[in-house]
Amino acid sequence: MNFCNSNHASKVIDRQALDNLFGVLRSQSYTLFGPKVSDQAIVYDEIQATDDLPIGWTDEQDAGSYRLKKRDDQALFGYVVGPHSLKKYLFPPAQRLWQVSRDGEQIKLSPEPEDVVKRAFIAIRSCELHAMAIQAQVFTGGEFVDSTYDSRSRNTFTLAVNCGQAGNTCFCTSMNTGPEVTAGFDLALTEILDGARHEFLVEIGTELGAEVLNAVDFRDAEPEDQQTAKEIVNRATGQMGRSVDTTDIKDLLTRNHGNTRWDEVAERCLSCANCTMVCPTCFCSTVEDVTDLSGDNAERWRRWDSCFTMDFSYIAGGNVRTSTKSRYRQWMTHKLATWHDQFGTSGCVGCGRCITWCPVAIDITEEVAAIRRTDVAGATEPLKRGA
Amino acid sequence: MGYKDKPKLAVWKFASCDGCQLSLLDCEDELLAVAGAVEIAYFPEATKAVQPGPYDLSLVEGSITTPNDAERIHQIRRDSRFLVTIGACATAGGIQALRNFKDVKEFTSIVYASPQFIETLNKSTSIADHVKVDFELRGCPINKEQLVEVLSAFLHGRKPNVPTHSVCVECKRQGIVCVMVANGTPCLGPVTQAGCGALCPAYCRGCYACFGPKETPNVAALTGWWREELNVSDRDVVLALRTFNAAAPPFEKESFRNEH
Repeated sequence: MNFCNSNHASKVIDRQALDNLFGVLRSQSYTLFGPKVSDQAIVYDEIQATDDLPIGWTDEQDAGSYRLKKRDDQALFGYVVGPHSLKKYLFPPAQRLWQVSRDGEQIKLSPEPEDVVKRAFIAIRSCELHAMAIQAQVFTGGEFVDSTYDSRSRNTFTLAVNCGQAGNTCFCTSMNTGPEVTAGFDLALTEILDGARHEFLVEIGTELGAEVLNAVDFRDAEPEDQQTAKEIVNRATGQMGRSVDTTDIKDLLTRNHGNTRWDEVAERCLSCANCTMVCPTCFCSTVEDVTDLSGDNAERWRRWDSCFTMDFSYIAGGNVRTSTKSRYRQWMTHKLATWHDQFGTSGCVGCGRCITWCPVAIDITEEVAAIRRTDVAGATEPLKRGA
Repeated sequence: MGYKDKPKLAVWKFASCDGCQLSLLDCEDELLAVAGAVEIAYFPEATKAVQPGPYDLSLVEGSITTPNDAERIHQIRRDSRFLVTIGACATAGGIQALRNFKDVKEFTSIVYASPQFIETLNKSTSIADHVKVDFELRGCPINKEQLVEVLSAFLHGRKPNVPTHSVCVECKRQGIVCVMVANGTPCLGPVTQAGCGALCPAYCRGCYACFGPKETPNVAALTGWWREELNVSDRDVVLALRTFNAAAPPFEKESFRNEH
């Protein structure tokens, strides 16, 4: 995936051409992953054709609530993000790292074969692209490169889509991550649906994108098409259900370590880890070694873990964050403040998943606002171990 | 572990349905490996051959419900190097701990023709309420993969990989859509320990908490949400908490709080 801004002229395609475009990707050995209706939500799964997309569906989201609804049109992309994010493909939830077996005095170590699947990500939103860029920085931007993430992200094609609407838990405009797709895509669509007219404005992000697009029928975009597409994205911008004032947020959270708001949120928090699991940038994992009964075979596995589990913050001598208060504070402060120190950006893309999928509706935007309202402005408590 | 001979395994039963010890026989693919790795010294469910103790590993199923059992468990503890309890009965008192909330004498007088012959305790309690337990394997019934994992860990002197976090983590790792958020189905997953593989949510049902309370469970916050947002009555909250792990302290406490 290249992160270049392109000034290529935009094109316009119809639904048939979009289907053909999926076919072109498949003929180039890409496996397509995109939105699909499953178990009363729009999830990411393998798809073949535009018929597999959630046609005519939308989602109504609020804190702790998600409902699929029928639209009164046949929009292909008339919804926002669901419970899944692309991290499940690039940073698998459970992954064997290696196996080792013993035969007499011989020890045989078998590393996992490199992942060579070519993945085409379909209908990817701007927040998702930003999340991928943030995780890429985490896994491959430092001195030690995560080979899994590296190999999995190398053979991808990204067909992005501009949001034509925003959800009630969306706040990407606050985090400068959307709703307009600006980077990190091969092709980017804007769905234009107006009465009988159903077309897609296509922006070209990379040479690879241009090649794929060239294989299907298109026409050059007229200035009116560009204008219509712009209005569609503007509509989404105007619909953001949530917002965060990010002014000085790093210092705000750092100096409010002792704010009593953390006690209040801890009363509600289930420490169930859902927020971290659905977050497209959360990257914590645990590594487990397992042996079989004979002791002749062992495997090392990596699984998604969370700063909300007790095991995760257990180190020699005990657990460093025993209270739910300290764990919620750690998660939110890392996401919005210390992430800047560690990786040079915020860890939040404003997708709203942690708000929607919290079983008891804890809202990160509300928590930031509450901390700001009760800002202790400099009067910090010293950091206590396990507090 | 460095046993000169194969370690001796014993499987004991207290008040229970036998389902958990059957999980061992249900291990099919692993059963021969188990039989090869340990000497099955006492396992009446599987074999009449009985060898005397002491035993290297005792698996204990069932809860303590009679004065006799309350004595018997102490002898088993004395005879066992490691004692691992298996299943909700052994780890929390089981479904029979529903008696703890009522008058057991009233039950026996209704159920039995001659209740004077029934010797039973007022409460059904976990094994750990009576003796020191080295490891508790949860579930109603236990998960056989977890049982094999505990046996493997015991044999090789390592810590078992048995997580104590929520069922939600299992749901999310498998990509299962949250039944509570997406359908409004009351689910105990956020306060329940993982281990079942999120079996019920995988079939669009709420979690019944078969594996008991997770580490740091916030039962009051969850049931508060059920009542206020999902319109679950106080009575239904009590019923949801009083099942296989009714006497597990976090569930017991919250069910008392909702009882009127």
